[in-house]
Amino acid sequence: METYKLTVNGQPNDVIVDPGTPLLWVLREELKMTGTKYGCGIAACGACTVHLGGMATRSCVVPVSLVGNRAIVTIEAMAQDPVGRAVQDAWVSHDVVQCGYCQSGQIMSAVALLKSTPEPTDTNIEESMGGNLCRCGTYVRIREAIKAASQQLK
Amino acid sequence: MASHSNAANILLVTCTAWSATPTGVSGKNAPPKETGTPATRKAGLLAWQQVYSVLTHPRCINCHTATNYPQQSDDRHRHFANVVRGPAGKGVPALQCVACHQEANADSTGVPGAHDWHLAPLSMKWQDLNDKILSSAEVCRAVTDRSKNNNLDGAGLLKHHAEEPLVLWAFQSSRRIDGSMRTLPPLMHEEFVAATRKWVEAGTPCPQNP
Repeated sequence: METYKLTVNGQPNDVIVDPGTPLLWVLREELKMTGTKYGCGIAACGACTVHLGGMATRSCVVPVSLVGNRAIVTIEAMAQDPVGRAVQDAWVSHDVVQCGYCQSGQIMSAVALLKSTPEPTDTNIEESMGGNLCRCGTYVRIREAIKAASQQLK
Repeated sequence: MASHSNAANILLVTCTAWSATPTGVSGKNAPPKETGTPATRKAGLLAWQQVYSVLTHPRCINCHTATNYPQQSDDRHRHFANVVRGPAGKGVPALQCVACHQEANADSTGVPGAHDWHLAPLSMKWQDLNDKILSSAEVCRAVTDRSKNNNLDGAGLLKHHAEEPLVLWAFQSSRRIDGSMRTLPPLMHEEFVAATRKWVEAGTPCPQNP
């Protein structure tokens, strides 16, 4: 077991865990931040997406030992983020969610896309969101909501 | 790039990391003239074949694709999760190589990692659009063409093979998510560098067609 100092949503945290523990499980089990979801555990679905050092990252495959001093941002902070707020509002107004399980990961990826590409094309959206799976098939509404958030942020 | 057999064999195999430089093929960018005697050339060509055997191992060639995506694992299948090349060979905004591939191998989760994980540029593709590996002569011509290889001369190529982090990664032992070990290139890194040095000292000779 090792002690790691993690900054999550601006707050410092000390955790004592095995170095190989994926960041996802540190967030959920140690810090009780359950907004980030476990989907596949092999980076194939995107449900576990967080921002690590500003980059969309699959927390299920990143051992805590490789996080370093990079800032961690999770879905719990999105309501206080201008882009995150716009995306969440668009998600509501477009009724994106069905079961909702994958949606925290979808939103984290959408926010990363819009921060990098404020006016994404359909191709930008399809490529950037292509690794986030939704078994309810909400992809069309996700695309429209991203475009709406983009317009809102202009 | 990233790399995973089922998604498990997260094995975005990368070996080299040239970036394309749009320069001409004449003058200082022309392929180097071979030097030395026929015996030297023969020894250089033998050394090149050793180098080629490494460059075309999945650990290297999976990121030297001719396509819009990396490959992974020993069967060189398309990288899972709809990963794409992106404008700089590092993926796209919400799906960059570093979304999974960190600064070092993550043996607890099976994801390979090294500094600045990315695809080689298309100018350094070592396979065709049907995933067929290019011939020894074709790869040699590409590697020695300074309009394609980020303007590296022989010394630059040797340094690249000796020091580039993604090249070094290709020779590291690492564990897949199923617990098995990734295969390694046919040479040790020291042997690869020695073969490159011998080839460079012979004037980087390339085989005749094909």
